[in-house]
This record gives sequence, C-alpha cells and structure tokens, in this order.
Amino acid sequence: MEFALSEDQRMLQDSLSGFLKDAAPLDTIRKIATGDKVAADALVTGLDDFGLSGLHVAEDHGGLGLGLLDACLVQEALGYAIAPSRFMATTVTAHALRHAGDAHLPAIVAGEMRMGLALTELSSRRDGAGVTAEKGRLSGTSLLALSAEESTHMLVADAAAGLHIVETPDNVSMQTIDRTRVFSEVRFAGEESEVSLKPDDEALAVARLLAAADTLGAAQAMIDKAVAYAAERQQFGRVIGSFQAVKHMCAEMAARLEPSRALIWHAAHALDTGEPEGLVMATLAKSHLAEAGTFIARTSTEVHGGMGFTDLVGLHYWFKRIGANRQLFGSPEQCRMDAARLQGWLAA
Amino acid sequence: MDLSFSPEYEAFRKEVADTLAANAHLAPTPEDRGMKNAKRQAWQKLLIENGLAARTIPTEYGGYGAEPDILKSRIIAEEFARTGLPRAMSNQGISMLVPTLLELGTPEQKAAYIRPTLHGEMIWCQGYSEPGAGSDLAALRTAAVSDGDDYVINGSKIWTSTAKQADMIFCLVRTDPSAKKHEGISYILFSMDTPGIEVRPLVDMTGTANFNEVFFTDVRVPKSGIVFAENKGWQVANATLTHERGMLGDPNATKARLVELVELIKTERVNGERLIDNPILRDRLLKLQGEVYAMQANGLRITTHNLKKESAGLAGLVVKLMGCDLNHEIARLAIDALGELGIMYETGEHLRADGSWQSRYMYDLGLIIGGGTAQIQKNIIAERGLGLPREPKLAKA
Repeated sequence: MEFALSEDQRMLQDSLSGFLKDAAPLDTIRKIATGDKVAADALVTGLDDFGLSGLHVAEDHGGLGLGLLDACLVQEALGYAIAPSRFMATTVTAHALRHAGDAHLPAIVAGEMRMGLALTELSSRRDGAGVTAEKGRLSGTSLLALSAEESTHMLVADAAAGLHIVETPDNVSMQTIDRTRVFSEVRFAGEESEVSLKPDDEALAVARLLAAADTLGAAQAMIDKAVAYAAERQQFGRVIGSFQAVKHMCAEMAARLEPSRALIWHAAHALDTGEPEGLVMATLAKSHLAEAGTFIARTSTEVHGGMGFTDLVGLHYWFKRIGANRQLFGSPEQCRMDAARLQGWLAA
Repeated sequence: MDLSFSPEYEAFRKEVADTLAANAHLAPTPEDRGMKNAKRQAWQKLLIENGLAARTIPTEYGGYGAEPDILKSRIIAEEFARTGLPRAMSNQGISMLVPTLLELGTPEQKAAYIRPTLHGEMIWCQGYSEPGAGSDLAALRTAAVSDGDDYVINGSKIWTSTAKQADMIFCLVRTDPSAKKHEGISYILFSMDTPGIEVRPLVDMTGTANFNEVFFTDVRVPKSGIVFAENKGWQVANATLTHERGMLGDPNATKARLVELVELIKTERVNGERLIDNPILRDRLLKLQGEVYAMQANGLRITTHNLKKESAGLAGLVVKLMGCDLNHEIARLAIDALGELGIMYETGEHLRADGSWQSRYMYDLGLIIGGGTAQIQKNIIAERGLGLPREPKLAKA
C-alpha cells in the first residue's frame, strides 16, 4: 500500500512548474489576458514541447499512456501558474475516446487535431442555448466552450448527453471574469459528428476533476502569496504574520486545502483503477475544491489588505480563475446533486 | 500510488478475521460496564495473546511483542470496524503512559506498571491541566517540595478524566519554582490512594461528569515516581502530548459516523417524506461526504509518510483541527435532520440512536477545545507548517 506520488510523477510536476515559473510569470499572464496573441502563442508552443497532448493517450495510439493522476498534477501546475492551455480539453477528449479505436487519437497526440470542449449540455443547459444531434449532425449553441478558439475540432455534448467529435464551427469569444482563458459561444449549423459516443458519466467527471485540480493549484498559489506577504509586510512595528488574526487566516487556508490535495489524488487514482467510488469522488472533489477555493480566494485577498484589491498586485487573476472553475461544469450544488444521483440517493 | 495490499498482508487480514470470528462469542457487550469489568479484562487478554492489542509492546512487559507494522495495525483496525466487535481497551494509561514509560521509564517502573495497565487491571488518570494552566500548560503551579526521599504536593488539577476510577496518576508538578517555566517541571507517578487527594466530579454540558477536578493537600509521595529526571518533565510530557493529538480526529471514526448519518437521512421520514428527498438536507449531507473523503485520503497520505518514517508535514498538522470540526458538523446535521425530535435527550420513546447525536454534538465541542484548542492548532499550523513567526513576547513589566 502506498498513497504517494511516484518519483516520475514528482519529476513531471516539478519540471512543468519550473518551466511555467520562467515562461509564464505574471507579466506574461497579464499580456495574454489583455489579448497579446504573440505571448499566448509562445506559451502554447512551449507547453506543446512537454508532450502534454499525448499524456493521457494510450501508448498504442502514440501517447504517453499516463493516467488521470498524472493529468491532475499537470492541471494543478497550470492552475498554479494560471496559464492558458488546451490541456483540459485534450485530456477530457482523450479520456472520452479511450475505447473508440485509433481514428483520432494519433492526430491529437501529434497536435494536428487541436481540441476544444463544449460540455454545457451535461451540467447546466440554459435557455437561449442547447445542442441537438439529429442523423449524425449537430445544431444549436453551446456556451462557455473551453479552448474553442483556434481549435480544429471539439468534443461536444448534446441534449441527450451523447458526445461527439466535430470540426470546430463558427465561434465568438465570450467575455468572462477569467481573462487567463478564452471562453466561447459555439454555433453548430449541421456539422457532421465524426465520432458519436453513448452517454456515460466519465467525461463529465474527468472534466470536473481537472477543474478541481486547476483550483487546487491556483488556491495553493494564493496561499503561498498570502504567507509570503504576511511574513514581509509590517504594521504596528512588526510583520503582520505574527498577529494571530492574520496567522489564523493563513492556517485556515492551509487546513482547508491540504486534505483537498489528497482527495484529488484519491479520486484520480480511483478513476484510473476503475474503482466504483471513482465517479462520486471526482464529482465531490469538484464541489469540495470549489468551496475551499472560494474561501481561499477571498481570505488570501484579505491577508493582502488593500493591495490585494488592486490590479497592480494581480492577485485578482487567481481569484477569478478559481471563481470561474467553481461555475464550470456545474456549480457545487449541481455536483452534489449528481453525486447523490450516482449513489442512488435520488427518488426514482 | 497503489492502494492494494500484498499477498502477505491479505493473508494477515484473513488470520485476523478468523481469530475474531472464532472468538466473537466472548466479546463483552454494552451491559458489561466499568473499566475493570471481568469480561472486558478477559477480552483484552485474549486480544493481546492474539496480537490484536498491545501488539508492539515487548512480551516481557505483557505485550504481544511484534515488530511495528503500520499496515498490520491498519488491517486490524479495519477488521474491528468491519465486524463491529469491541476493540482493544483504550485509555490514557495505555495510549499515553505506556509509550512514555517504554521510552523514558526506569526498569522498575516498566516492570511494575506496563503489564497491569495493558491488561486493564491498573487504571491511570492524567494530571496536566490546571485552572490557571490550560493552553499555557507550562504555567502550571501545582508544587512538589522536596522532603528527604519524598515530595510534598499541594495544588490542583482539572479536566482529569477517570480520576474516580484511577489507581494511579501521571502528573506534572513544579519542582523548581525559581527556574524558567519549562525547566522547573517534573513528571511523576503516584497512587491515587495517597492521603490528601480529593476528587470532585466536574459535570459538563452533556450532563455527565466526563471529567473531574483533583485537589492535593500535603500529599506525600516517593521520589522514585519521577519519570526520566527531576525538572525534565516538560520533555517527557511533550512525548505523550504527541500521542494524544494523534488520537483526536481519526478519519476512520469520522467515516463511521457519516455512514450512520447517511442511514438516518435515508430512513427517517418527516411528513411522510424521506429526509434524503429534501434537497437542502441532501446538499448538506453531500458536502460533508466530500469533506470526509478528503480527510480519509489525507489519512492514507499520512499512513504512507509514517511507513517511510517521514514527517507528514501540513497533512498531519491539520488533522486535529479539521477532524474534530467535521465530527461536530456531522452531529449538527443529524440533529437538524431530526427536526423537532432533534432536541430529545437521554431517554424517551421517540429518541433516535439512543440520543447519541445530541451528546456527540456537545462532547465534540469539548474535543474541539480539549487536547489543544482549535486556536492553538491554528498557531501550530501557521508556525510549524507555514513558517510564520511566533507572537512576540510581552516585555516584562
């Protein structure tokens, strides 16, 4: 029995974190957030060199054959750096296609197919939007699709919870609080479904787990920043981190987040090994990290005092990334209801 | 990451399960009350002989004498949980004094106390907190004045559980009032039958005297009761406090409570409607389930750190704070789910779960405060876990 990361897993996370520290400092994120395409492309190219597109694709299809635990470690590092990346869309697609043969996976690994993700139909369909599939063709609108911009293909959920791979149709970006990533409204006008998959709960659970891992990373960054600030900022002739009022805020953040890290690992491992509890764990990991992340986003900002509220310090980019993750793929309440359903706790 | 057990451990699990099944008819029941109940003592003896209690204590002191093996301990705990059979005795003598004596006791102390303590024949109480020394334990003032081969002790202790039943006490006393506060304390063992000791029950909010106050008036005890060395009691006590904090917030106990809560919410009906069909209660239940999953996974992580003899770092430091709070919240939801019936207490035809949710809700608040308050835990997390500075000392007036 061993509940810990392997040496390889630690190296994967360390090397990616090290790369992001140099390649995606706040100045770069700020440029990307204000629409600097050159900066965004440079970061995406750098990340491609890490082989992230094939991380969760079986070796038979040319990928690295790594599991969701490894994927969560990558997503956590991306969240820590609040870096934009196609990784979430690619990984959810790779997972959805894991039993669907060789048709698309090698092209995804090679970067010839660049994936976007439109799963709104699985979590929270709204009036004024919705995607239907008829005779193998999609129509309608999906909101807040991830990585749709500059994608070649998308993984799309329809109203009956079926999943499709289609060529990316017309899309426009939607303005959200989170400028570190581009979210899009995607309009389907009869695009042909190249692959149709039956409804299954795993694609959504994987997307939720990755969003939770992204929040884990972003929240850890906010704690690190708060602790560093509290150890340096002086008021009343001493560092504010020596006041219990401030110290306890930092302790509460760490106490909420540290067990969440183990929850992400356990949920990912459970899905990787096909444990029956994996779906419930991943779904509850999403709601749990949403709550812990929201608390940390607020508390870290408060530890920074007035500076936390400024654009200058840039803490708000993490605040907003965590805020967006909370809503994506279903609110905490939605996730908890789904977890109840998965356990047979809802009335028939 | 590998959560499976090797064949050796699976074989061990079967061995444990077989032993428990073969002896289940000998297990004491809730009717077998009292710390020195003969049936409980016989069960404890049987568990020790089969390596299911006092497993790693050397045989010369009455234990089973196995090599420490965290996975085997875990398997034993899981098998007790699965079968619902009563676990090995757990009291402050066994969990705190015995490890201390093994590490720091004299050969005479080890020979005299460990065996009867393990077998439930000698009951101990812990004399640490005082009315003026709670979170600031090192401010304790109970004085032990040297007089030939004896000390004469005056002062009082509080929060002393099992003082009424105890044969002996392990007690912190001040032996050098002129030294710095951490350097004048001794850890001493003596009989609770010594003249001059008065025990007064301390009734708490649950309505039960779970604790006592103990008063010492000219209590004459032999110096041979000192553990380790005079004025070195703070180091000795710190060894045992680590054992105490490790016991509070055990995620497997929390999981067992959640299972009970799920059962309650799935079976109880209000206005003909199952509670689980109430979306608000269900949402609260799922929220707690997520937290229990997190603490369980955190527990697995700590186990692995312990196996590798590494520090568990923050993962370990947060257990008391988060685990005790979670237990309290689980009881809170159970009471809310019971609605008006949630205020029933102790007896009555309509009581659910023997009224245990209300008493746990209150007792758990005691555990949030006891064993290092939540606020002290936060200081520890911030200072040892995050490296934030200690509160500056007040300048002496």
